[in-house]
Amino acid sequence: MSKTLFARGARFAAVVAVCLVAAACSQTRPELTSGNSSVAAGSGQDFVVNVGDRVFFLNNQSSLDGSARAVLDKQAQWLQHYKNYSITIEGHADERGTRQYNIALGARRAAAVREYLVAKGISPTRIKTLSYGKERPVAVCNAASCWSQNRRAVTVLSGQ
Amino acid sequence: MSFVMGLNPMRTTGVKQLWRHACRLVAAAVTVAAISQPAYALIELDITQGNVEPMPIAISPFAGSGLQEDVAGQISQVVAADLQRSGLFRPIDPTAHIQQGMNVGTMPRFGDWRTIGSQALVTGSIAQQANGQIRAEFRLWDVFAGQQLIGQQFFTTPENWRRLAHIISDAVYQRLTGEKGYFDTRVVFIDESGPKDARRKRLAIMDQDGANVRYLTRGDDLVLTPRFSPVSQEVTYMSYVGGNPQVYLFNIETGQREVLGNFPGMTFAPRFSPDGQKVIMSLQQGSNANLYLMDLRTRRTTRLTNTAAIDTSPSFSPDGSQVVFESDRGGSQQLYVMNSNGSGATRISFGPGQYSTPVWSPRGDLIAFTKVHQGRFMIGVIRPDGKGERILTEGYHNEGPAWSPNGRVLTFFRDTVGEQGGPQVWTVDLTGYNEQLVQTPNFASDPAWSPLLD
Repeated sequence: MSKTLFARGARFAAVVAVCLVAAACSQTRPELTSGNSSVAAGSGQDFVVNVGDRVFFLNNQSSLDGSARAVLDKQAQWLQHYKNYSITIEGHADERGTRQYNIALGARRAAAVREYLVAKGISPTRIKTLSYGKERPVAVCNAASCWSQNRRAVTVLSGQ
Repeated sequence: MSFVMGLNPMRTTGVKQLWRHACRLVAAAVTVAAISQPAYALIELDITQGNVEPMPIAISPFAGSGLQEDVAGQISQVVAADLQRSGLFRPIDPTAHIQQGMNVGTMPRFGDWRTIGSQALVTGSIAQQANGQIRAEFRLWDVFAGQQLIGQQFFTTPENWRRLAHIISDAVYQRLTGEKGYFDTRVVFIDESGPKDARRKRLAIMDQDGANVRYLTRGDDLVLTPRFSPVSQEVTYMSYVGGNPQVYLFNIETGQREVLGNFPGMTFAPRFSPDGQKVIMSLQQGSNANLYLMDLRTRRTTRLTNTAAIDTSPSFSPDGSQVVFESDRGGSQQLYVMNSNGSGATRISFGPGQYSTPVWSPRGDLIAFTKVHQGRFMIGVIRPDGKGERILTEGYHNEGPAWSPNGRVLTFFRDTVGEQGGPQVWTVDLTGYNEQLVQTPNFASDPAWSPLLD
């Protein structure tokens, strides 16, 4: 399987995971890993598929809503368990803004995620942030449904 | 009385050398033997009005001897294209010219030129020299007065023919409008290729009319927002080298690149001060971006703003005393003007929508910006006191204006809709009536104009 194919699959899975999280939270404390058991626990794929590597934002906003906080709670739990990973939080904006502001807005989103994870006990020394502004869209259609997927902060694992 | 100025053959295509030649070419704008008596100011185009009726002008195809026949024809075509794109002139189709086969020594039959409605006439000749150089001569005529307005002669190498054409265009523009031209200039921009979700971006440079595109980086690293130095062959821009986004300085002559400063975070949105000695930029720290100034000689940095907001896109006034920038300190992106030491920030934009990417005109009288309102992206201008806002172009996505060195034209990029869409570089003049696409090999964004060297 090519790297690109994997990446696209992972993105799709991540979006599905985000949609399911809110329901899961309301019932029981989420399992450390759940869902796809064909994925090795503690692997990068486990993080993307079963935890969810990204959160989404409203237009021009950097605040974390309930579903974003739920994903980040799971990320924090997972990262507490697998302590050998460092992470880079990549902040992104949609294409419907100007370039320089979007760079800063992406950074602001990454910073919001960083603050949340630190508050949940992840050591700041494990976290780097990076903003891509509007330069790295994942959805390219000309519609609100695509722009909302691009307004995101993605937690990327490194260090193993 | 003829005065002849020589240029050495260019041994390399080094850019600096090219520019030095340009300086000499312009400095040597001397009158060759006038066929008729010298003229006073007879025809002049008033370009201060809102909507200018273009002046009909005839560019008689330049005469070329021997090897230079093709070059001669191309030079006159580039002159006509420059003048046409300015929106201030309407070159008359050469097939409609009654007097054909002119060279620079031919006396115009002014009645023939008046018959086809031409107010001004340009004639020229290109001749091969024994040393491999070409000799270029041109004259600008006032058709109604029947007098010569300009006569100039240049020596250069054949490869330089486009520059020669732009220098002639600048001379005609200046003589007929009373303002400096902008044709002998270049534009740095970002070349974009590949699919929308995996764009490859390269720093590139071209002549202002889109010719002679040259790539300055290979596309390995994401590069954004290049800005030309007002005094040297240097560009400041943002690059993601090594996954660490920072502001860099790039020397076009040597290809050398250096990071600017040792900041504890991402730096972006750089721009030179008017004297070229400093770079102003944003530093991201946590959720906030603040403005910093770096002295290129001492390498010292000074913090200019300190707010819990995004302060970015700074641009100096031409006298260096003030800075315009965008900030969301009031809740949404708006334009602010402050003193260049960071004091006295005052909001100047108050219309509906968000204002960003301000850039101060080299004439000092206007600030250009991008405005986003109800999903539409506009390029506009406003006076530094916040009055007189005018929108020049409006549509799905227009962004990032930059001024021509004479302050009469803006270049910007326009993005098109959807997966196959992408940005292209456009120009619009201050009337807003004259929009022109700049043809580039690939998608192109973030254009910034070079100065006109004199």
